[in-house]
Amino acid sequence: MSTRLATGGRLLNKSKPVGFTFNGKQMRGYAGDTLASALLANDQMLVGRSFKYHRPRGIVAAGPEEPNALVNLGSDATFEPNARATTTPLFDGLEAASQNHWPSLEFDVGAINKHLSRFLPAGFYYKMFMYPRAFWKHVYEPVIRQSAGLGKAPKDRDQDTYEHFYGFCDVLIVGGGVAGLQAAMSAAKSGARVIVMEQTAHWGGRAPVDGGTVDGTPVDKFVDEMVASLSDMDNVTLRLNTMGAGVYDHGYALGYERLTDDQAEAAGPRHRLWRVRAAHIITATGAIERPLSFAGNDIPGVMLAASLRDYLVNYGVSAGDRTVVVTNNDNAYLTAIALKHAGLDVPLIVDARVLPQDSALMEQAKALGIRVLMGHAIASVKGGKRVTGVEVCAQAGEGAVLEEITCDAVAMSGGWSPVVHLWSHCGGKLRWDTTHACFSPDVDNPPLGADGAGFVTPAGAAAGVFALDDVLNDAHAAADGVMTTLGFKLPKGLTAPSAERREDAPMAPVWMMPQGAAIKLREKTWLDYQNDVKVSDVRLAAQEGFVSVEHAKRYTTLGMATDQGKLSNINGLATLAGALDRDIPSVGTTTFRPPYHPISLAAIAGDSKNHTFQPIRRTPMHDWHDANGAEWEPVGAWRRPYAFKQGDESTHDAVMREVTNTRNNMGLLDASTLGKIIVKGPDAGRFLDMMYTNMMSNLKVGKCRYGLMCSENGFLIDDGVVARIDEDTWLCHTTTGGAESIHGHMEEWLQTEWWDWKVYVANVTEQYAQVAVVGPNARKCLEKLGGMDVSKDALGFMEWADGTLGGFKVRIYRISFSGELSFEIAIDASQGQAFWDALMVAGNDLGVMPYGTECLHILRAEKGFIMIGDETDGTVIPQDLGLHWALSKKKDDYLGKRAQERSHMTDPARWKLVGLETVDGSTLPDGAYAVAEGENANGQRNTQGRVTSSYHSPTLGKGIAMGLVLNGPDRMGEVLTFPGVDGKEFEARICDAVFYDKEGEKQNV
Amino acid sequence: MSDPVTAMKNATFTNGIAEVREIGPLGMITLRGDLNASYMRKAATNVAGVDYPEVRTCTCAGERGIAWMSPDELLLMCPYDEVSAALEKIDGAFAKQHALAANVSDARAVFQVSGPHAREVVAKLAPVDLDPQTFTPGMFRRSRLAQVPAAFWMRDEVTFQIICFRSVGQYVFDLLSQAAQPGSEVGVFGI
Repeated sequence: MSTRLATGGRLLNKSKPVGFTFNGKQMRGYAGDTLASALLANDQMLVGRSFKYHRPRGIVAAGPEEPNALVNLGSDATFEPNARATTTPLFDGLEAASQNHWPSLEFDVGAINKHLSRFLPAGFYYKMFMYPRAFWKHVYEPVIRQSAGLGKAPKDRDQDTYEHFYGFCDVLIVGGGVAGLQAAMSAAKSGARVIVMEQTAHWGGRAPVDGGTVDGTPVDKFVDEMVASLSDMDNVTLRLNTMGAGVYDHGYALGYERLTDDQAEAAGPRHRLWRVRAAHIITATGAIERPLSFAGNDIPGVMLAASLRDYLVNYGVSAGDRTVVVTNNDNAYLTAIALKHAGLDVPLIVDARVLPQDSALMEQAKALGIRVLMGHAIASVKGGKRVTGVEVCAQAGEGAVLEEITCDAVAMSGGWSPVVHLWSHCGGKLRWDTTHACFSPDVDNPPLGADGAGFVTPAGAAAGVFALDDVLNDAHAAADGVMTTLGFKLPKGLTAPSAERREDAPMAPVWMMPQGAAIKLREKTWLDYQNDVKVSDVRLAAQEGFVSVEHAKRYTTLGMATDQGKLSNINGLATLAGALDRDIPSVGTTTFRPPYHPISLAAIAGDSKNHTFQPIRRTPMHDWHDANGAEWEPVGAWRRPYAFKQGDESTHDAVMREVTNTRNNMGLLDASTLGKIIVKGPDAGRFLDMMYTNMMSNLKVGKCRYGLMCSENGFLIDDGVVARIDEDTWLCHTTTGGAESIHGHMEEWLQTEWWDWKVYVANVTEQYAQVAVVGPNARKCLEKLGGMDVSKDALGFMEWADGTLGGFKVRIYRISFSGELSFEIAIDASQGQAFWDALMVAGNDLGVMPYGTECLHILRAEKGFIMIGDETDGTVIPQDLGLHWALSKKKDDYLGKRAQERSHMTDPARWKLVGLETVDGSTLPDGAYAVAEGENANGQRNTQGRVTSSYHSPTLGKGIAMGLVLNGPDRMGEVLTFPGVDGKEFEARICDAVFYDKEGEKQNV
Repeated sequence: MSDPVTAMKNATFTNGIAEVREIGPLGMITLRGDLNASYMRKAATNVAGVDYPEVRTCTCAGERGIAWMSPDELLLMCPYDEVSAALEKIDGAFAKQHALAANVSDARAVFQVSGPHAREVVAKLAPVDLDPQTFTPGMFRRSRLAQVPAAFWMRDEVTFQIICFRSVGQYVFDLLSQAAQPGSEVGVFGI
């Protein structure tokens, strides 16, 4: 039985009992518990089923390395899968459910897999599911998906909010144990800005549990004093519940702060992602205890020795009444001693080592009456859903059972591995430490910053330094070194406090227990609990030729689960090395990647959700459109009305109505999104002559000209109307999506190539609301408003004028993208809505209606006007579109000119723009290809053209289209075949692209 | 003309850890030219009535101010209804110079974030070191707020003034309001 003891539990607030549920069962715990400690206190040893064999699994560890205790947390809008019970703080009303079981945790059908385990070896999936090919998609994958998998995917929207925070410091210290605190103290005394992140809710790391004295003070008091004085320093930021998740180039690091995970209905964000720039990073991330590899080491009740001690000391929880300790080092004796002090039984310490004499801790254990068996091992753990006993054998042998001991928990310790993850994220190298049998940071090969110097320094256990006194010294030295590099000075004579030394006996590497375990035992000896990888699997991988550790990892899935192999990596490497008869360092490690421990995706997204998922650009008339039936279309980041629906009209009907009304009466278009760039200076004309394919320098003041812009590779990138404002000033209109990029394009040429030209540009796109007043009644409407002469003589086609309309200060451009009489009127954005309202009133008896982008498209397509993004796609040049008239022959050069002279650009076989009208009046599918005779090398039908724009024209009562066609302009009248997507074929005749008012009379009245 | 309407109609968010309000309309004029030339210094200071700014700073008094935007660009601020007169003055001063002045008063939305936690609110959105030792009133940054460009400075120890494009006024208001939501204090910057 695991249970709560009457005394102990230094992290609990026993005056605050809390209730929670596990698989629907009511349980009790205390404030300060983790979910794992509370489950153990309620004798819930069995917490999940393993991934592959559905074996019963219990809590193994007490921290982020826990492989088994993953739960679904919460429900509906608070649901979260794969939450680690050991890092989940308990709160009143917490709901948890175990994962990967069916139909129930206690009785699981999938557990039949364990009896099939001989048939499910490493690489089974690769071997079995290769053939027949079609089976993977239709048979294997669906079945595997059903039976595998851990947490469920959330179905509801997350109700919580998340945020980022940008932090800056000289030194970021990851880890708030004694090493981190000592490093912080030493660094802070130099005056540097220090941030310390601790992943748990408590300072001090393992020290308060493992004990010791510093400068004569018990270490827990020492920690309290350190924290108190650090808190008083203005240059130090201390963050609990904040995990250093990743280290990236240029001293960038991510911290994952959990704010309200222990409070059900708290205000504020749930998680905060710290995005930190640090001049240097100290990793004081501690070490993780390793399991031992013996048969049955995954049976619930087998736990890491130090974790079992944590539950006892921190939470007053015993994993069992009788605990057998099995170890290859002295540290596990602390567990035996702590258990004994708590009044619990330790029938035996099984120590794999053979030592010439007892260490202090061994003597202490023996003095408490604990039996110690040296040179022994566990042959096998007895039990199914729970440990019932262990069989003891000689470590040197093959597992002949010498003795059977009844117990209900096993505390194992295979030594300690420094947490080198953050050190390694940016390329810090590792070295093999033979004394402690672990990989530790190779301080001579740190991750390098932009200046070629290391920017991460390990400290304490994370550096492979384990004794308390050594840890303090190492942390101080690390801080000293870092601060000196950064140009800070530590106060003279500052030294680390000294801790009382305890002489431990050396550990002995033990990678298999017993040393010569036979296959029967190896098949029950787990390396990776979460992915169900056994010693036998890794050996099989080696035997099958997977000698690279990276390959063996992927073949066996060792270390590929959500715990990222925190417990299994080193044991797996050692097993692989053993099978290959190589030493461990030559086998190497797999790559550590951020995050150190899974972090919520929502924290990464931060504020980018719901209405701030992405910025939406709104014109000054946005709200009016929204209130008047606008169906929105995204155009770049803007939202533009696609059409304004009246009543229960369909979108198509609305578009048809808008076209007809604009052609017959008058329409209003919100054209505010069009780019407006002022280009000014003595060299502005010359500059624009380079930017545009046609001449802009000779444009007369007061006039407008349509222009094309190409990239230096000759391809069309933008178009629009340019107006000459005064001698030195032009105003360039760009497409909606092009405003920022064309502004940037202009600046780039001015700053990098023609830096000596006297030109300034300014993007004033958003200064103006712009309304196109379009249709035969347009002039009447403006005359009703009054204030300036808008007659043909005063304001001719392709001219502009400043003035007032109905009391509004406006600039009118007489330009037309519709073929109708049209005025584009620019007005200060703050007046945009009022002006729009005035136009709606004035146009009331003139048939005014607003129209959207689809109507705009039809109007321009009827006129054969091209649209950037429809007729162009980044591969189209003006010559393809028959725009030769806009390519100046008077100019020596313009951007794209030389490119357009390349052989491929002048190839007569380039597809050219033509009009297309279907034989039966139907509408061609947009993007459809015209087929040609024969097939290409891939067995596809040859093509000879494609549709670039296609609409139903209500004006003409038929489908109209434009397209790029091989030799198109020379093939007028020919009929092409366009296969549609539904097997239907369309026949369309090549014709002129201008379908409406070919002479252009209507726009010029 | 009717009364000018700002992007957010002077919306406010006041029940969080800092107060967020859209202010304006404000007069804003972009000046481009040689920032070291006396014509630029004179034109800018004559109109704004404040000191000429150093690199990456903003000098301001009430609605008037000059912000350093780039090595060849300033942002001049003045009361909204003075813009036309100011532009006329500047155009006069620039007549013989190669320089550009453009009214951008309506192209922007302007926000103030104020209160003891204002620094924290902005530090959630802008990748800028806002430690009180590092970022002091008068310093000016062109940076971003989450996904959009923004420029800001501190008018005093507890007040940020933020300028963004008008079209994303709603987005920025929503961002700032959420960053200022109750219970979201960070507890850094000596607060």
